[in-house]
Amino acid sequence: MSEEPVIRITEPAPFVRLVTMNRPGALNALSGELLGALAQALDGWRHDEAVRAVVLTGGERAFAAGADIKEFPLQTPATQILEERAALFDAIGRFPKPLIAAVNGYALGGGCEVAMACDIIIAGETARFGQPEVNLGIIPGAGGTQRLPRTVGKSLAMLMCLAAEPIDAKRALSAGLVAEVTPKELTVERALAIAKAIVARPPLAVRVAKDLILRSYDTPLDAGLKLERRSNAALFGTEDKQEGVAAFIEKRPGNFKGR
Amino acid sequence: MRHQTIHVADANGVRTLTLDRPERLNALSHTLVRELTEAVKAAGRDASVRCLLLTGAGRGFCAGADLGEGGMRENDPARQGERIARDMDRLHNPLVRALAQLEKPTLAAVNGPAAGGGMSLALACDIVIAARSAYFVQVFGPQLGLVPDMGSSWFLPRVAGRARALGLALTGERLSAEQAAQWGLIWRCVEDAQLLPEATSLAGKLAAGPTRGLGYLKRALEAGELNDLDAQLNLERDLQSVASRTADFTEGVNAFNEKRRPVFKGR
Repeated sequence: MSEEPVIRITEPAPFVRLVTMNRPGALNALSGELLGALAQALDGWRHDEAVRAVVLTGGERAFAAGADIKEFPLQTPATQILEERAALFDAIGRFPKPLIAAVNGYALGGGCEVAMACDIIIAGETARFGQPEVNLGIIPGAGGTQRLPRTVGKSLAMLMCLAAEPIDAKRALSAGLVAEVTPKELTVERALAIAKAIVARPPLAVRVAKDLILRSYDTPLDAGLKLERRSNAALFGTEDKQEGVAAFIEKRPGNFKGR
Repeated sequence: MRHQTIHVADANGVRTLTLDRPERLNALSHTLVRELTEAVKAAGRDASVRCLLLTGAGRGFCAGADLGEGGMRENDPARQGERIARDMDRLHNPLVRALAQLEKPTLAAVNGPAAGGGMSLALACDIVIAARSAYFVQVFGPQLGLVPDMGSSWFLPRVAGRARALGLALTGERLSAEQAAQWGLIWRCVEDAQLLPEATSLAGKLAAGPTRGLGYLKRALEAGELNDLDAQLNLERDLQSVASRTADFTEGVNAFNEKRRPVFKGR
C-alpha cells in the first residue's frame, strides 16, 4: 500500500521551501509522525545555504486541527515528562531562518501553537484560531499559555484558553496574532511572495533581525538595545553590507551571498 | 435525503428549495430550520448546483418563527432568554450564515407573506422577486417587543435606508411587493401567475453563468459593506487575481474575441 507522505516539500522559488502538512482525512492532526517529519525537515535546513525561508501550510479546511487525540490514550505523565513531543515543537521554535505560516481553516490547539511558533502568520479569511485543550482536562502544551498572551494580550488569551473560544481571522488580525488576512485562495501565494521578498535580502541581516525580535520578549529593553547595537556593528563588517550599500547607490537590486 | 418540511428539486443547474409547511404558512419550525440549513450547505458542496432558488409552498412564503412550537416554553424569563439565544446560535444564525456565505447566486421567489424571520430569509438572498399579492412585514418590534433577527436588523437598513428601515421595523406596517420593488428592497415585483416562470427563467440564466466568478463577486460586494476604499481596492485586486484564473474567464474572453455567446461551465 502506497501511503501519502504526511508532509509534502516543494521548492516554489530559489531558496524557498514550501512545506504542506498533508493528513487531510484527519484535518491535519499533529501526529507524532507528522511533527517528526516537520522537525526533521527544519533541522536539515538549519545549515543548508540553499534554504533561506520556509512557508508552512496545511489544507483548505485545516491548517492543523490540534494534536492527534487518537494518540492520547497512549500518553502518560512519563511520556510527557520525557518531552519527546516537546522536542519536536522546539525544532520549529528554534529554526533560525524566517518561517511563515499560511493558515486556512482550523488552527486549533497544537495547530495554533505551530502557527505561533512561526515568525509571520498570513491567514485566509476563513481561518480560525483556538486553544480548546481545556475541554480535554489539559492545557495548551506547546506555547499556547506563553506565546498567545505575548501576542494578543492577557484578556483574549484567557478567553481562548479558559473558555476554549476560538477567534476568526478578522479578530486575529485586530489582535495582532496574524500579519494579514487574504482571500483563502491566495494565502499560500501571499506567504510565498513574502518569502521571496525575504530571500532576496541579505541572509545574515535577516537572521540577526529575527533573532533579536524573538529575544525582545525575554530581554530587558536596555540589554536588548545594547545587543541590537552590537549586532548591527557586526553586520557592518559583512560583504553583504558592502553590496547592499553599493546596490542602493547604483540603484540596482543587491546580489547577496550571506557573507 | 428525505425531508419533512422542505421540498428539494433540481433542474438545469438550479436547485429549488421549497418551504413545505403550507398549513403553517411555512413557519420556521426547528426541523424546518435544520433541514433548510443542511440543504443550503449541501447545495454549496454540490458542483452541479449553480444557482439556489428559495420559495414557499401554498399561499405564504414564510411566516417567520413558529411561535406555536417554541415561543414560551419556559416560565422563568431568564431561562426563556437563554433558550432563545441558544436556539439562535444553534439553528437560526447558522441558516442565515450558510445562505449569506453561499458562493453561488441565490434567488428568493416570494409567493406570499414574508413575515419576521421570513422577511429576513428573503433579504438574505441575492435577488428577490415577489408576486404582486405578496407583502413583507417586520413583526418583531411592534407586535412582540423583540429585535429584528435572522439578519433583518443588518439587511434592512442596507437595502431600505435608515428612514424606511426604522419606519418598517417600528410600525410593523405591511410593505406591498410593489412598494418594496419601488423602494429598492427587492429586485422585481411580478404578477402572481408570472412569479414562478420569471423566477425559474432568471435562475436558469444565473445557473448558466460563470459560477465561481459570481461567487467572488458576491464576496467583493459583501466585504465592501465594511471596508474602506483602500482595503476594498486591495480586495478587488486579490479576488480578480483569483477570478481571472478560472476556465470560465478564459471562455468569456475567447467568446468576446470570437464574437459568440460564452458557454460557461462553472469552473
